[in-house]
Amino acid sequence: MTETLVPALGPATGRPGLSRLADDDLELLLLIRHFELKLLQLYGRGELNGTTHTCLGQEYVPVALRPLLGPGDFVFSNHRGHGHYLARFGDAHGLLAEIMGREGAVCGGVGGSQHIHRDRYLSTGVQGESLPVAAGVALHLLRTEPGALACVYIGDGTWGEGAVYEALNLAALWRLPLLVVVENNGIAQSTPTGAQLAGTIAGRAAAFGIAHHLVVSTDVNEIRPALEPLVAQVRRGRPLVAEFRTHRLGPHSKGDDTRPPEAVGTARRNDWYERYAHDHPEHFHRLDGRVRALVEGVADEVAARPPSRWSPCA
Amino acid sequence: MRVAENLNAALHGLLDDDPTAYVLGEDVLDPYGGAFKITKGLSTRFPDRVITTPISEGALTGVAAGLALTGNTAVAEIMFGDFATLAFDQLCNFAAKSVSMYGSRLPLRMIVRCPTGGGRGYGPTHSQSLQKHFMGMPGLALYEMSPFHDNREVLAAMADRGEPCLFFEDKVLYTRPMGQTDPLLRVRRDGGLAVVDPVVPELAARPDCVIVAPGGTAHRALGAMRSLLLEEEVSCRLLVPSRLYPLDVEALLPYLGQVVLVAEESTPGGTWGAEVAHLVHQRIWDRLRGPVRLVCSRASVIPTAAHLEREVLVTESAIQHAVREALRG
Repeated sequence: MTETLVPALGPATGRPGLSRLADDDLELLLLIRHFELKLLQLYGRGELNGTTHTCLGQEYVPVALRPLLGPGDFVFSNHRGHGHYLARFGDAHGLLAEIMGREGAVCGGVGGSQHIHRDRYLSTGVQGESLPVAAGVALHLLRTEPGALACVYIGDGTWGEGAVYEALNLAALWRLPLLVVVENNGIAQSTPTGAQLAGTIAGRAAAFGIAHHLVVSTDVNEIRPALEPLVAQVRRGRPLVAEFRTHRLGPHSKGDDTRPPEAVGTARRNDWYERYAHDHPEHFHRLDGRVRALVEGVADEVAARPPSRWSPCA
Repeated sequence: MRVAENLNAALHGLLDDDPTAYVLGEDVLDPYGGAFKITKGLSTRFPDRVITTPISEGALTGVAAGLALTGNTAVAEIMFGDFATLAFDQLCNFAAKSVSMYGSRLPLRMIVRCPTGGGRGYGPTHSQSLQKHFMGMPGLALYEMSPFHDNREVLAAMADRGEPCLFFEDKVLYTRPMGQTDPLLRVRRDGGLAVVDPVVPELAARPDCVIVAPGGTAHRALGAMRSLLLEEEVSCRLLVPSRLYPLDVEALLPYLGQVVLVAEESTPGGTWGAEVAHLVHQRIWDRLRGPVRLVCSRASVIPTAAHLEREVLVTESAIQHAVREALRG
């Protein structure tokens, strides 16, 4: 199976222009961007415990999906899930408190960056593990709340796990309302996709008779309407693999980027942030500083809170 | 009634009483009704809630967790308990963790049934007793089927626990009658604990040795008790807890004496018996004549040929011998 990847760089302008976004979309994109940058800064200062995985460069994926998912839908996130959470709840305070182990943490500081549960949102840190669980949830929804779906975010690296295929088989077999969003950022921790994935993700979806939709754009206004009818199909029991060819701008976690400079350069050239600033300077600058300041305020406020409390045997 | 029929009736009862209950697993549908026929009749009566799955133990366990996560009661069957290893991630890293890793308690009504143990010639990968590999995991409870515990009660206890439970079903029990002991012995229940004593009150009052065994080993312990009583006038008491882990050791204490032995089918090393012994030592070391004795199968794979299998698995005579040794020592 072959696939043509639409070049991100247009020959005439050096790149295709991004369309002008609605304020709330741009604000959310910026919120996620500045939240992640803030985390790296806090790590640098030794103010965070453990590890974290930022979604720098990939923010537009959950932003594009946001209005396509309703409160009745389940979202399963992964280790790189801050953007998914913020797109769902907009709750930077609760998330940062969770990551910093402060009062008001979404999960008491127990789960941390990669284990969060709130209403119909759940993230886990083990690759592929959530897919069978999401299949079970989708089965429940199919029977009790028809029209609702389970959405699972996975990466290109996740396709190495057998659980993915067991779950895809069930999804196709049982016609489950399961939406698998693949953030294919071309690198699994430090391993380029080409060194860990044979064939294509499209080919793997096709093997199960599951629809596959490739997204190469980073323009929310382009991505969303293309996905809308497909997501509606998922709600009618036609599972979908939506593969985003995206770029991880930052390191896997913190300071562990071993990619050659050209690879990082490509990611940077594709970054929606710089491109949007170039294409829509007025709109960008009107909101960017404001959101940056908002995140600063959140960080200061949360850092000043007392530690979260939790009893191990509760 | 045979144990298999009792378990089958218990599953019918669960699906009857709980409209959110699901049973899922490989080959569980009628007319096949599961590899050991435990799910017989269920899919005919409850076609929507009895679900056959592909050969995907990891995924079917994950689906069960997903059903539990959305408020249902999920019973998953692993055809042979040996294959629960394929579901280890779902059990250890998802289901058991989800109960508490999100900061507040997230109840999951989830039971994973594991037909377990040897004695039927299924060979090294279809005969093991893997209980010990699942012990010590907060959020995951281990129960074992026994002829002295009604399975409807046990299913209810597991579901109501609100955390994933593994249910080990020793396959040799399926064809044995419920409740059967021996004319010389009497069974009573104290909560989740079954206590078997000689019928003669004087012998029951002061047993020479107390044997603790999970349900699957109980009948071998009973055989040893009978022989010891008739041949050597040694009186034993047998304690069979329904829940193996976390073990309610306080419930055992009133029934223990100076000599205690744990019999189980596991291979030696890091066993349930070692856990029982440790808990007992912590509490009544001063009252014991010696350390708790452990009787297990041999440190070996479980061969297929009947004569070889017999050499490896824990037997009635091994328990009898161990009791004799314990009383001598």
